[in-house]
Amino acid sequence: MSFRLTQGTFSYLPDLTDEEIAKQVQYALDRGWAINIEFTDDPHPRNVYWDMWGLPMFDLQDPSAVLYEIQKCREAYPNHYIRVSAYDRSYGRQTIALQFIVHRPKHELGFHVIRQEVRDRQIRYTLHSYATDRPKGERYVD
Amino acid sequence: MTLRPEAEAAEAPKALEALTPEELARSADLKAFVRETAIDEVLDQLDRELVGLKPVKMKIREIAALLLVDRLRRSVGLKTPPPTLHMSFTGNPGTGKTTVALRMAQILHRLGYVRKGHLVAVTRDDLVGQYIGHTAPKTKEVLKRAMGGVLFIDEAYYLYRPENERDYGQEAIEILLQVMETHRDDLVVILAGYKEKMDQFFRSNPGMRSRIAHHIDFPDYTLDELLEIARLMLREQGYRFTPAAEEAFRRYLERRMQMPHFANARSVRNALDRARLRQANRLFARGACTVADLVTIDAADILQSRVFQDG
Repeated sequence: MSFRLTQGTFSYLPDLTDEEIAKQVQYALDRGWAINIEFTDDPHPRNVYWDMWGLPMFDLQDPSAVLYEIQKCREAYPNHYIRVSAYDRSYGRQTIALQFIVHRPKHELGFHVIRQEVRDRQIRYTLHSYATDRPKGERYVD
Repeated sequence: MTLRPEAEAAEAPKALEALTPEELARSADLKAFVRETAIDEVLDQLDRELVGLKPVKMKIREIAALLLVDRLRRSVGLKTPPPTLHMSFTGNPGTGKTTVALRMAQILHRLGYVRKGHLVAVTRDDLVGQYIGHTAPKTKEVLKRAMGGVLFIDEAYYLYRPENERDYGQEAIEILLQVMETHRDDLVVILAGYKEKMDQFFRSNPGMRSRIAHHIDFPDYTLDELLEIARLMLREQGYRFTPAAEEAFRRYLERRMQMPHFANARSVRNALDRARLRQANRLFARGACTVADLVTIDAADILQSRVFQDG
């Protein structure tokens, strides 16, 4: 069974179609949330530093603008993970209200568990992404 | 990908030859469509709230009718090419271009040609950047904000500066042209400005001209129409003229119309604002006043204008 990355909202659903993405974006816009598109090829769950695709989009009315940018990002990074985040600024601080993956590499690489034996036969566990064995930009291929 | 609800186009469009006599005889319910979209309401409101502008209203009615019939054709399964809706509004300042653009957005929204019906009004400064590489993101940002609605570019001819061949305006025009073509479903662009300058702009940008289907010319208002506008504005602001004041205002407009920089309805609004200022000053100086005084603009408030003193 091949690996499938699950992160953010809707992660256990099948991948959203463009129409479904548009509806989710519309939901966010209706609540006044700013939309941001990010991409990465380091899918570790604790990697919060994804690269930004352009600037966050404020003052949008219609999801087609977001879909346009997603499409452009997919063309530029076909073998990266791409996600959409919606910021809710109503709390006075940047708060992600909704975040979901909109694009993933064709062949996803999984994680393996690293066990480290420390004092008193204790075991420490950590995750390692196979993808990060290779340098940035060469991690996923068709 | 298109997001427009195309629920009505259930079956594939038919060619004219394929239509059977029964199909041709089937009645298409235009009335129901008019009712459903409540388009009459918007058009009537346009008639009521905008003084004059006969040719503009005519043209808008024509466009609305065309769009309505197009939708009806599609609903009965006839082949209908998607209409080009980009427009240019030409006319002197203060002739109601922005107001009509707002209404146009509403009409297009009611008829289902734009999804949201908001208006994004911009000028050259919002589209063109300061340095190399600044223009494209700026223009795209504006276009994204306008998607699902109408983009209104005021004084569009300033985008093109022939005297400076390295001007970034050309870049903005190219992006604009591309989006006007590829995202016809997503937004409608309205270019506005003075007639002569717009004509010049279209002559030097034939690509732009060919992508714009509707050219609407806004005529100047006549004296009577301007007075009517003044009365309408005053009523909205909760004021009224005394008969003497109205006469004075007519004389004011006669003079003002001959002077340079006359901006039609905008000049009327400014004149009224100044009259309100003088009225307030007059009441303030007098100390006591009645409610009637508060809502009345007197001839004195208008006759103090600079327009009368110069001559």
